Amino acid sequence: MVGIVAYGVYIPIYRIKVEEIAKVWGQDAEKIKSNLLISEKSVASYDEDAVTLAVEASRNCLKMAGINPKDIQAIYVGSESHPYAVKPSGTIVAEAIGATPDVMLVDLEFACKAGTAAMQICFGLVKANMIKYGLAIGSDTAQSSPGDPLEYTAASGAAAFLIGKDGIIAELEGTVSYTTDTPDFWRRAKQDYPKHGGRFTGEPAYFKHIYNAAKNLMEKLGLKPSDFNHVVFHQPNGKFPLRVAKMLGFNKEQLKLGFIVDKIGNTYSASSLIGFCRVLDYAKPNERVLLVSYGSGAGSDAFSFIIKDGIEEKRKRINKNVDFYINHKKYIDYSIYVKFRNKLRW
Amino acid sequence: MKKRVAVLGVGITKFGELWDKSFSDLFLEAGIKAIEDAGIEGKDIEALYIGNMSAGRFINQEHIASLIVDHAGLNPIPATRIENACASGGVALRQGVMAILSGMHKIVAVAGVEKMTDVVTEKTTEILATAADQEWEAFIGLTFPGLYALIARRHMYEFGTTREQLALVAVKNHKHALKNPLAQFRKEITVNDVLNSPLVADPLRLLDCSPISDGAACIILADEEIAKQYTDSPVYIIASAQASSSINLSDRRNLVVQEATLIAAKQAYKMAGLEPKDIDVAEVHDAFTIGEILAIEALGFVEIGKGGKAVEEGETWVGGRIPINPSGGLKAKGHPVGATGVAQAVEIVLQLRGEAYNQVDADYGLTHNIGGSGSTAVIHIFEKG
Repeated sequence: MVGIVAYGVYIPIYRIKVEEIAKVWGQDAEKIKSNLLISEKSVASYDEDAVTLAVEASRNCLKMAGINPKDIQAIYVGSESHPYAVKPSGTIVAEAIGATPDVMLVDLEFACKAGTAAMQICFGLVKANMIKYGLAIGSDTAQSSPGDPLEYTAASGAAAFLIGKDGIIAELEGTVSYTTDTPDFWRRAKQDYPKHGGRFTGEPAYFKHIYNAAKNLMEKLGLKPSDFNHVVFHQPNGKFPLRVAKMLGFNKEQLKLGFIVDKIGNTYSASSLIGFCRVLDYAKPNERVLLVSYGSGAGSDAFSFIIKDGIEEKRKRINKNVDFYINHKKYIDYSIYVKFRNKLRW
Repeated sequence: MKKRVAVLGVGITKFGELWDKSFSDLFLEAGIKAIEDAGIEGKDIEALYIGNMSAGRFINQEHIASLIVDHAGLNPIPATRIENACASGGVALRQGVMAILSGMHKIVAVAGVEKMTDVVTEKTTEILATAADQEWEAFIGLTFPGLYALIARRHMYEFGTTREQLALVAVKNHKHALKNPLAQFRKEITVNDVLNSPLVADPLRLLDCSPISDGAACIILADEEIAKQYTDSPVYIIASAQASSSINLSDRRNLVVQEATLIAAKQAYKMAGLEPKDIDVAEVHDAFTIGEILAIEALGFVEIGKGGKAVEEGETWVGGRIPINPSGGLKAKGHPVGATGVAQAVEIVLQLRGEAYNQVDADYGLTHNIGGSGSTAVIHIFEKG
């Protein structure tokens, strides 16, 4: 049996409201809010990056796990905002949490799904008895060009999962991926901001991949939508996950616990994972959870988990759960946002 | 025009964001449909005319006449590309008509095709702006919504055309497209939807503008005598006229009257021996809502300045005095620029055959295709067989 031993999350304290961004660009905030179903997004401060976010989430995760960090034998950080083009984010994280030097490590990138890809790798290594524990992290300080519609959603956050065989709080039932070459969103080397194909990011990209990954996993496991207590999809905005849930036959109630995008925006590699962490914050033993990520380019990873008995005990070990971070916030205006996100160059 | 040209067959693809269809897929689909509809074989086609605005910039492919004739398996017949911006399709149709009338060819195919959604919207806007005068218009930042917005403002100033009347053109065309399964937008909209849509170029809003589309259309033309071997009652093209005016808006004597349309219409009616009131149905160039108002005025369906009132009073709706754009028009059916002129002809042929999705009782139909902000106008008149 492999599964999640502990999890940790981190969301920066700063928020910017849709109204504040819309005001700068002369757009209708109410229309944007009703179109995207989002009210504000989290913003990393000027002294934060994908690595510091990953370290915070990992420390929360280790606090819950209560293990010796030296037992972590693999660390994978998935992000599309690794601060260095060459030099791993993972080595900094590993050093900061005391997991070096006997650790396998490499950075991952697959738009918004590198974090779930990190989980798949750890599950495989644990299952093969190659490692005792693996740490899978999704962390992003997402970029968006000023004035781009992405600016309303591109947010910052991280989630970390300790994966192993002992002390499991969520058992992995199965995972599949659905991957094609679909250029819906990209950022070329040495460019600051990504480009995207407008409506092309919907039908042939997000919906096709999530729908097929979820459907294939349910077929493989012989499960139907009503077998799941909770479902979490990648949340680039509020509308997409609602629609794909409907397409697959899930109801709003199943989506509710893990729906966090309206309060923090799209945290990219951490988006579906922070939603999943919120499910883990409240789910009861024996409940079944479906998690489906989406990364542009494009692919989806789908997972089915069964919540285990030990979860309630472990939840008590941490005081910073998802709701803590969602509610722990300070609003900033656009000028401070521009400073924090390093959009001014001189 | 002493002789008539017979329409043997028509074919058209769905219009829209057709991400899973390539440029080749589109013209082959329209072409095969037209050949099947005509009941001919590929080898019967003697020449090919293709309307296309900017494959070079949209998909990096020039020499598309060769590409199309080759992919269609029609080598070695002559194939020619015609480019007149958004009027490319209509002008290609005119080349086909002239090829038949001259006696040079007995059966020809005319196609229009455009694949616009492979580039981002900003790029598309830039490509479309190449239909304006680069030196005098594009360089100062004018795009097509901007040009048409200037015209719309002037029309409102001179004739009291209202913002609501412009919106009604879009409302009408969206309603017409509801029945057209090949239309890009099959969604009813209200005047308020138009008035509350994002501002593009004041006074024009998003729902005043035709969309960016992929699509293709094809029509098979034949000599009247030859056509008798294939069908008893083909639809006939009885007039083909084309005129030009200044490409640059600032050189026009009058912003609110489409001079090229006015001249081409006069010639077309003369060729057909008809008057505007004889036309029962028309597909006109509504790239922007103001465009349809300008068109119906210059075509003589309504008095100059009364276009807005006509749509408001229901005259141009299906069921009205002169139904305009029963297909949904460029606004709702979609506007793959090079294909539009041919697609308009396909709709009118179906109307006159009694096979249209939004059928109007009609003996005579007209197509009106514009290039640029009005500098190229091409008009065809069709007669029921």
